[in-house]
Amino acid sequence: MRLSGREVDCVRGGREVFSNLNFEVVSGEAVAVVGPNGSGKTSLLRLIAGLLVPARGSITLEGGEAELTLAEQAHYLGHRDALKPALSVSENLSFWRDFLGGAASDPAESLATVELDHAAHLPAAYLSAGQRRRLSIARLLTVYRPVWLLDEPTNALDTAGQKLFASLIGDHLARGGLIMAATHTPLGITARTLRVGDVS
Amino acid sequence: MTALSALIRRDIRIALRVGGGALIGVLFFLTVVVLMPFAIGPDLALLARLGPAILWLGALLASLLTLDRLFTADHDDGSLDLITMSRTPLELSCAVKAVAHWLAAGLPLIIATPILGLLLNLDVGATAAVALTLLAGTPALTFTGMIGAALAVTLHRGGLLLAVLVLPLSIPVLIFGVAASEAAITGPSSFGAPFSILCALSLFGLVVGPYAAAASLRQGLD
Repeated sequence: MRLSGREVDCVRGGREVFSNLNFEVVSGEAVAVVGPNGSGKTSLLRLIAGLLVPARGSITLEGGEAELTLAEQAHYLGHRDALKPALSVSENLSFWRDFLGGAASDPAESLATVELDHAAHLPAAYLSAGQRRRLSIARLLTVYRPVWLLDEPTNALDTAGQKLFASLIGDHLARGGLIMAATHTPLGITARTLRVGDVS
Repeated sequence: MTALSALIRRDIRIALRVGGGALIGVLFFLTVVVLMPFAIGPDLALLARLGPAILWLGALLASLLTLDRLFTADHDDGSLDLITMSRTPLELSCAVKAVAHWLAAGLPLIIATPILGLLLNLDVGATAAVALTLLAGTPALTFTGMIGAALAVTLHRGGLLLAVLVLPLSIPVLIFGVAASEAAITGPSSFGAPFSILCALSLFGLVVGPYAAAASLRQGLD
């Protein structure tokens, strides 16, 4: 599987964020998207997720399931956690498993992996920022998607959580997944670096 | 199918829990209707004559009350991103969200109508007629309102903008809803014609609303 972008331009609010960006990620590979604040890391991930439309250029996924679009084969872990405070931890996770569809595993198992099983019946409103992040990560584990688009994934995670997450993305890569992560801190795995928004 | 039933169950569950919109709509409906006799005075004949119109106006305002959160809540917490990316077409997700909103916020209004009819000196037959027209007409309010709710996400404004956008669109529903109720209560014009148009408006909304809302949401991606 190969995710590639050719001469991608991103324009937001009439301002050019980056232009003529080329990238390529293949199965089993992680790419860390780095750059200063406002350089367009989040915009790039949202472009790939189909949540923004590129002003020029194209982004394609080769070797995936033919009848599905790139967005339908990708997980997007953004700044916002997509959790409903009124629903419990396990209700939130079960909803995304049922709604997103495709190959899925037992939500309880994923909750145990991210060490949230003790809080399964707690409303998501009572979770701390780090626990919310862990619950979002549990969504990536429950529903299988080959492409992971991660925006500052280790934000709010404690040291143990970061170590756990590093092993989880290692597992995903070993299963032939591919990862693009916008990050300021090292992911804890070997990753190629893609620099956006160089003002040189 | 699993995806759609999961979405409908989630939205209804959120609406019924603490802080959800279902109960607020009914309470607002109750308040509007209870205030009317105080404003109009204790003229029973006048109240009975104005009753259907008051109930319709109350239901219209109450169904708008919680509608602005239909998409903004999902937009604010990032759920809308995942819904857009999912394998379910956005149009279907929009339609299902509107149906869930109607079940959680519209249906309770219709159930409350018989009780509120008592306050307006409407007899059983008249109340039943109003409830029936509300049952046929409130889906149209939800489906047209959904377009406004999607635009509110695109334009980053909720609340009042929605009311300004949607209220003019709901004029036909109001006209035919009240006309059908009046026809059933006092005659002599036929009940069938305005009632059929009311049903047609709801079906029309069911077809057009989800497409318009999905188009607006896609346009507003950021």
